[in-house]
Amino acid sequence: MKLDYIFKGARIMQQRKRTASKRLTNSNLTYHLMILPGIVFLLIFNYAPMFGLVMAFQDYVPAKGIFHSDFVGFQHFAYMFSLPSIGRVFTNTIVIAGGKIIFNTLLAIVFAILLNEVRVRWLKKSVQTIVYLPNFLSWVVLASVVVNMFNLDGSVNHILENFGVGPLNFLGSNQLFRPLIIGTDVWKSFGFNSIVYLAAITSIDPGLHEAASIDGANWWRRIWHVTLPGMLPIILLLAILSLPNILNGGFDQIYNLYSPVVYQSGDIIDTYVYRVGLMGRDYSFGTAVGLFKSIIGLVLILSANQTAKKFTERQLF
Amino acid sequence: MNLQNKSLSAKIGKALIYLIIIFLGLVTLLPLLNIVAISLSSSGAVTANAVGIIPVNFTLEPYKMLVDDPQFWRSFGISVQRVFLSLGLNMILIILMAYPLSKRKSEFKGRSIYMNLLIFAMLFNGGMIPTYLVVRNLGLLNTIWSLVLPSAVPVFSVILIMNFFRGVPKALEEAAIIDGATPMQVLLRVYLPISIPSLATVALFSIVGSWNDFFSGLIYMTRTSNYPLMTYIQSLTVDIQQMIQQGINSTNLSELMGVSDRNLNAAKIVVSSIPLILIYPLLQKYFITGIVVGSVKE
Repeated sequence: MKLDYIFKGARIMQQRKRTASKRLTNSNLTYHLMILPGIVFLLIFNYAPMFGLVMAFQDYVPAKGIFHSDFVGFQHFAYMFSLPSIGRVFTNTIVIAGGKIIFNTLLAIVFAILLNEVRVRWLKKSVQTIVYLPNFLSWVVLASVVVNMFNLDGSVNHILENFGVGPLNFLGSNQLFRPLIIGTDVWKSFGFNSIVYLAAITSIDPGLHEAASIDGANWWRRIWHVTLPGMLPIILLLAILSLPNILNGGFDQIYNLYSPVVYQSGDIIDTYVYRVGLMGRDYSFGTAVGLFKSIIGLVLILSANQTAKKFTERQLF
Repeated sequence: MNLQNKSLSAKIGKALIYLIIIFLGLVTLLPLLNIVAISLSSSGAVTANAVGIIPVNFTLEPYKMLVDDPQFWRSFGISVQRVFLSLGLNMILIILMAYPLSKRKSEFKGRSIYMNLLIFAMLFNGGMIPTYLVVRNLGLLNTIWSLVLPSAVPVFSVILIMNFFRGVPKALEEAAIIDGATPMQVLLRVYLPISIPSLATVALFSIVGSWNDFFSGLIYMTRTSNYPLMTYIQSLTVDIQQMIQQGINSTNLSELMGVSDRNLNAAKIVVSSIPLILIYPLLQKYFITGIVVGSVKE
């Protein structure tokens, strides 16, 4: 009698499981339907433009379109490398992007270490609230702030005057423009970048610090021998993963701050493609420059991912 | 003696740390306050460069003038509309893509094809000009859709939510399926309610991204009347900046531009940032937890 119940129960359970697994297979169709709209958007707005890259090998004429424009092979690439200005554009991009990566990382690490020492809660919270803020503001907004501070009789020049320096034309000088771009980018994002490092610091075992103190290590030594080694994996990971950004000088920032006077030192690949390719309607040439950048970027991302996988056992994708 | 020395130097070191932290906080805050102060000062004071972080000859005149600027509010409206359209479309597509992709290969045949399509789209793109031509050929120029559709699928967010869905205990889903739920019901009734914080994170990515973007407006809109807010503000300030950069100082500048322009522009900047300031507490809560969870997790 009792056994019957159990058997019956088991049978019902089995049936239910069977229908459940049947449902799971039927789910396949639903899954395809779910993912379809997104894939359609990807195909139109991400993959169709990739197909459009053939323009880089054509003498693209809008009236003829991509299917009827004449192919010219690598002519645009050859032309690109023959231009003296292109070397300057690539140098500017790498110097600016590299400077941003290095100084952003350094200041974010230092800030995180120092902030971690602050024991006054309200002060810590308020400073965090302030320094995270600029990261969320548009470069359109921040460029106005920067111009207000750094123009010939802005506040920065007022302060410099007290030290007998200046006035310096930060926005119009080829010596000062790159430091200005790197500096203001660090100003915008060091706070936000420090979040990850701060989290890494707080996850270090406090016992290690205690042990170091008992052994007579002072603050510097504890930072050097406990905190920094504890942060090292995340520092390495982020450094490796930031490498592909070496070709991203930051279009939004530079477009909003540069002018012909500082093209010499401040024109980057993206602003160049925009000006020459899109504004100048030299579509094929602009696409060729963009494609060159994208390919190097792809190689960098793939190698960064491999490196990250090898050294930190984590990866981007 | 030695001990006392030690505690003294420790105190000095501590004080130094507090000073640096406060200094960095002020260096970040003061330039922002400066813009707010300029927007609340009389044009005379602004022209004389007398405004620091406190308004000089306090006036609301710039804001009154701003109220009467029809293009500003038109652009503001376009930006608001764009944020909501983008947010809606992004969230629907993120959720609908992330759920099937969170299934194992055995549960969802074809998953790896979709996944590869997605990842490759993240690593490589056609670039500025081919994308522009696609949008133009679709006849989207000068429509709000040119601002919304090209960024309809935020790949990074899809992957973030996919990873979150993968962490949802299988037992929950199995229980729902045994009770007869369809995949759509499982997604809506099981997955969504427990993913609210992660979904909030990607929703905020979307809002901040579309509000701050001026570039789409710059290339896809040929008429100023169609500009979203950031593009409109950018178009106003760019002329002034070029003058400043070419060495004209702001005293001449204000004469050139008509006296009130600098504080009026500052007012525009301030008002355009208000929506972000309003959601900033949310941003702090979700962005930051999202970032920490996403990157420090072992």
